[in-house]
Amino acid sequence: MERHILVILPHPDDEAFGISGTLAKHIHNGTQVTYACLTLGEMGRNMGIPPFASRVTLPEIRKKELEESCRAIGIQDLRLLGFHDKTIEFEDQDQLDSQIEALVKELNPSLVITFYPDYSVHPDHDATGAAVIRTIGRMPKDQRPFVHCVAFSNNHEQFIGKPVVINDVKDYLQQKMDSISAHRSQFQAAELLGSKKLNDKEIQERFGTERFWIYPFA
Amino acid sequence: MKLINVAEVQKMIDHLKDQELYIHLEMTTGAYAAHLDSSKHPAATFISNAVIQFSQGSISGNGPYRVGLKMKHGWVYSEGLTHFEEDEKDRLIMAGHDGQGKLVVALQLSREPF
Repeated sequence: MERHILVILPHPDDEAFGISGTLAKHIHNGTQVTYACLTLGEMGRNMGIPPFASRVTLPEIRKKELEESCRAIGIQDLRLLGFHDKTIEFEDQDQLDSQIEALVKELNPSLVITFYPDYSVHPDHDATGAAVIRTIGRMPKDQRPFVHCVAFSNNHEQFIGKPVVINDVKDYLQQKMDSISAHRSQFQAAELLGSKKLNDKEIQERFGTERFWIYPFA
Repeated sequence: MKLINVAEVQKMIDHLKDQELYIHLEMTTGAYAAHLDSSKHPAATFISNAVIQFSQGSISGNGPYRVGLKMKHGWVYSEGLTHFEEDEKDRLIMAGHDGQGKLVVALQLSREPF
């Protein structure tokens, strides 16, 4: 069992599809989870259908959606780090790393979950993953928590191989769908499910497994 | 956001001319454009809270709409605008959304920073 998981991702909703089932499962088993979300996703393109958000209202709407998603998953501790969407790769690296280092020191997590740098499509994903890897890579080897990375760029397995941590989250699909549904400005959750129920085989296959790579520190 | 009402937007443009304003101007194809379709060229650009002043401005077209603002040394131009915030009194918040509701373009003007 993990003692404390620290999740470090740049956007509200980054947790929903790839990680929420895994977190719900760990939390069910008694794990503490802290989710550090770097931005409010304020540059997102999705505004709801029909659009109910604007560039001006989107940050506050997404903050509330994130809080609802965390409640659905059972996450006990949400930290908003206050960076601006789309700018993580341009931030001062020392400042970025020092905020991550402070969290790791404070929480002493047994596991950190983030994006796999270079294989996670969005520049904010890659830059967030890179900051986590830099920060934890500087720690003495015997004190480093494990780092599980999410990757989804095209052909990523060609470079980093197959995922090694494969979590069956079929028993936690309710929490996962509630997390996805919470981000209503971003996803049309009802369309994902259609008329199908969570125990439908197709839904279970599509959403019931979450995959991670253990970051290979040198 | 409501579909653009040309008369109301024009009234707001007139209301905001000849004064220092903060502008947010943006256009984006989305960060996932090339990931989802490799033939797509992903592009995005925004400028947030730059200060401008215009002496003449108007909205034109039949929808999606264009807006042009004439400044002392240049222009602000935006095409593809579909929606605006009707409840805003001292700010002009406009955006263009595609058929899936995704934001493609945004033009915002305010006396206070965004």
